Amino acid sequence: MTASSTATAPTFAPPPGTADGGILWAVRDTLAMTGRNLTAMRRVPQVLVFSLVQPVIFVFMFRYVFGGAIQIPGRSYVDYLMPGIFAQTVSFGAINTAVGLAEDKGTGLLERLRSLPMSRAAVLGGRVLADTLRNTVIVVLMVLIGLLVGFRTHTNLLAVLAGIGVLVFFGVALASIFVFIGLSVTNGEAAQAAAFPLLAPLTFASSAFVDPATMPDWLEWWARRQPLSKTTEAVRALMLGGPTAGPVTASIVWSLAILAVMSPLAIAKYRRA
Amino acid sequence: MSTSSPTPAIVADGLVMHFGDVHALQGVSFDVPSGSVLGLLGPNGAGKTTAVRILTTILRPTRGRAEVAGIDVVAHPNDVRRRIGLAGQYAAVDENLTGRENLTLVGRLNHLATGDARRRAAELLEQFHLSDAANRPVRTYSGGMRRRLDLAAALVTHPPVLLLDEPTTGLDPASRQDLWDVIGTLVSDGTTVLLTTQYLEEADRLADRIVVIDHGLVVAEGTAAQLKSRLGETTVVLSFHDPAAAADAVGALVDFGASRPVGEQVVVHLPLRGGAGTVRDALNLLHDRSIDVGRIDLHEPTLDDVFISLTGSSAS
Repeated sequence: MTASSTATAPTFAPPPGTADGGILWAVRDTLAMTGRNLTAMRRVPQVLVFSLVQPVIFVFMFRYVFGGAIQIPGRSYVDYLMPGIFAQTVSFGAINTAVGLAEDKGTGLLERLRSLPMSRAAVLGGRVLADTLRNTVIVVLMVLIGLLVGFRTHTNLLAVLAGIGVLVFFGVALASIFVFIGLSVTNGEAAQAAAFPLLAPLTFASSAFVDPATMPDWLEWWARRQPLSKTTEAVRALMLGGPTAGPVTASIVWSLAILAVMSPLAIAKYRRA
Repeated sequence: MSTSSPTPAIVADGLVMHFGDVHALQGVSFDVPSGSVLGLLGPNGAGKTTAVRILTTILRPTRGRAEVAGIDVVAHPNDVRRRIGLAGQYAAVDENLTGRENLTLVGRLNHLATGDARRRAAELLEQFHLSDAANRPVRTYSGGMRRRLDLAAALVTHPPVLLLDEPTTGLDPASRQDLWDVIGTLVSDGTTVLLTTQYLEEADRLADRIVVIDHGLVVAEGTAAQLKSRLGETTVVLSFHDPAAAADAVGALVDFGASRPVGEQVVVHLPLRGGAGTVRDALNLLHDRSIDVGRIDLHEPTLDDVFISLTGSSAS
């Protein structure tokens, strides 16, 4: 009828070079997202610095301010303290997972990613993988800082590395909780605010800083059984010596249980976010 | 003459979307012929973004069916994703990455080979006048630069169908003009575009056809000219010093179709039917009767008027 109707019929072929599907693409997408998150971390080095400042303040407070008043039978307090600081550090590090996802949601980046033919798992996988790498670096730095203030390991290098492994795995488990939190709020500040009420009872009502025997019975019951205490004790056993099987198993079982409950919830949340 | 009509690039068929008690879409249907531009026009909360989110596979509709590039968005979302680009209000770029990194990332997530993703990023940065800023983090970009990058990100794979959700909301006039030119070029290259907007001018400028939606329903559709003819005319707004003068003026100008808007004491509306001559004649008449006019304004039909005339409710 008009000149335009003589144009060739559209084929809507997919753009060339955009192959599809498969586990290989899921891995590639996850690595691409991990790379993106690591680049973003490098661009905002303040976040990494502040991730260290807080645990360092705790080290100084408990090592030099409160430490003199805390008696731990059969152990120097700094040796008792540092594994607790490590566990606290990976816990607070998990907040970054929530903040990162909340910011991506708030800026609309998640919308764009969901319109791309990429793996659905890559957004969360890339987030958790990048945060886990960062957490590992921070834990290693905290071990070095511990050595500076008098912390000494009493086992071998392999056991110390296993301790770091237990900590990082606990961090991954917590990240699954924080993925859920990050996707439930709409900005980074809200994610931060939502994290503290969860982390305070986990880090302070624990065996991280003091012997739970000094607590009231009801609190001691919780402080002896909860995951951060179990992880702290596993790290103490691996780095300072003592029976390892019990606490290490307990920490790993806790981490697996948290992952088993929270991962499906986090993924369901992402699908609906 | 009897050519079979080609597959529409976008089909929305009875789309219903409920978020709990909120009925964002209540049965929206339209289609976009391949190679054309559809403007989806409506106020905030009309359901424009919800429609775009369904068409881009981000949301599954509560009821109804949608096809993009001939593919069902619910049944084969990944095949749809490989053929669309999304930009605008809710699509976004990463503040901490550079412009180049953002485009390369989108290329890689579209599964281009790394080298191809890099080449395409460079090409787009050039095309969108972002080469100078290519290696700066996006947080240093101006609002206009961000939107250009955002649009560039939607074009990485040369998608045949482009969905732009309020692409110029919040931009200054120069940046808006700039973006309109870019979209115009894409359209002339044969890309099918669905564009949502709150601005009649934008729809007028870019769209072949306009679908007006409000409260999740299509309330009108047609070409810009067809819609404008439903908008009524330019109005001369005369303001007087007191209600008595306004009342006298309405009486004097009754043959001009003058009226006092409901709730107004000192304002008289005069339809500008005969162009500038109408104003001269009306003012002469008022002068002859010694009725002082305080102030004269011209009121062009706005989107608000479209909504008042189409739905009886205000757009904002």
